[in-house]
Amino acid sequence: MNVQAPALQDPRLNRPEPFAPPHGDGGFFQRDRSMHPPAHAPGYKSSVLRSPRQALLSLENTVSEITGPVFGHNDLGPLDNDLIRNYAKDGDPVGERIIVHGRVLDETGRGVPNTLVEFWQANAGGRYRHKKDTYLAPIDPNFGGCGRALTDDTGYYYFRTVKPGPYPWRNYVNSWRPAHIHFSVFGSGFAQRLITQMYFEGDPLIPVCPILTTIPDKDALDRLVAPLDLNASTPFDSLAYRFDIVLRGQRSTYFENRTEGN
Amino acid sequence: MPQPLNYLKETASQTAGPYVHIGLIPAMAGFDIFEKNFSNMLATPNSQGERIVLEGKVLDGTGSPLRDVLLEIWQANAAGRYNHPADRSAGALEEEFRGWGRAGSDFDSGLVTFETIKPGAITDKTGRKCAPHVNVWIVARGINIGLNTRLYFSDEEASNAADPVLNLVEPAVRRKTLIATRSERAGKVVYSFTINLQGPEETVFFDV
Repeated sequence: MNVQAPALQDPRLNRPEPFAPPHGDGGFFQRDRSMHPPAHAPGYKSSVLRSPRQALLSLENTVSEITGPVFGHNDLGPLDNDLIRNYAKDGDPVGERIIVHGRVLDETGRGVPNTLVEFWQANAGGRYRHKKDTYLAPIDPNFGGCGRALTDDTGYYYFRTVKPGPYPWRNYVNSWRPAHIHFSVFGSGFAQRLITQMYFEGDPLIPVCPILTTIPDKDALDRLVAPLDLNASTPFDSLAYRFDIVLRGQRSTYFENRTEGN
Repeated sequence: MPQPLNYLKETASQTAGPYVHIGLIPAMAGFDIFEKNFSNMLATPNSQGERIVLEGKVLDGTGSPLRDVLLEIWQANAAGRYNHPADRSAGALEEEFRGWGRAGSDFDSGLVTFETIKPGAITDKTGRKCAPHVNVWIVARGINIGLNTRLYFSDEEASNAADPVLNLVEPAVRRKTLIATRSERAGKVVYSFTINLQGPEETVFFDV
């Protein structure tokens, strides 16, 4: 007979507690510091006086680390991801027009949705719009040099800019930074917070940069170099570079049925 | 060969550099670009709890203040609740209080200031009570990977003494590097802190 008895009670309530998956405590995967530059990297001279010398205290993630600020589209303006237009006064900025796009992923390969990505850079001549930058290359009146975006549901982000120029800096007397764009990324918990720099495929300054070469692992260094992505370029308009960013993975399942960031 | 695990690797950190303000606090770099800006003011007019000022400096190995450092703080509200879905504790959530802010140090004095509310005690997922604290993240030229530390409050002696994280710090004499000192100035409650990157008073930094 097919008539079901009325469900007076969820039968699951009578079952014993099931064995939980072994990865549900919400903590982040331990950071592999061999992939990161050490705090004290004497070839990058500024790090010598600014690097802690005591061992870091390893901290099992608490609620303070697995939570972090949540951002939304209300935090951004409509031109925030368009560095060609967001500071334009009387025309477009000078330089090679480029699109930068990619995904923010975690170490499990999942996209990190609705997370804030911020970026800043020098102009095409290698000069920053900053009161402390005194390099002789000129300020571009139509270029601010910063922007931001929220990733979509799949972790994808994109913005438009001009390719930054290399510039000299005081480390050795003839030190030059390769062309680069600074990135700041949040993730879902404060322990994922990351600042890094994106470099451009084929730049001959990459192997001689005292900052880039603080990274001890060759593959980790290569992962900061964005390849030219002709398929994503806009014909007769802009070239494109692809830059994926990986944040720490999370042993999180217990709030998975709620959309992160909402 | 066993099956491959196929985890991705975290992207390597790079220094925020001397011009971090352009991207994160453009007004400090000397220009106005975004309609909406993030700031060091966490408290809104409706925020519950005691209004406080957090004020301090980050010192290098010679004891000189960093004048190009950027700090971000992340904290619970006065009820001890973080504004994030992973905090399932019972304290009342205040939608308006994000609990996060960022500040650049003054280009001359190196002073860093936040205006916020004093967070409540946190209940961890295991039910432990944790002393009120603010989580701090520090980036600057010469800092290759962001530094994580915490600020506790000098007038919370009993809960500090029982705090499971403070109690991990050995030798115990280093615990005081995480405690901000309360005072009152012109009717405002000010908690002062010093973050020493090096030296005998080096601040405790965490690998979170």
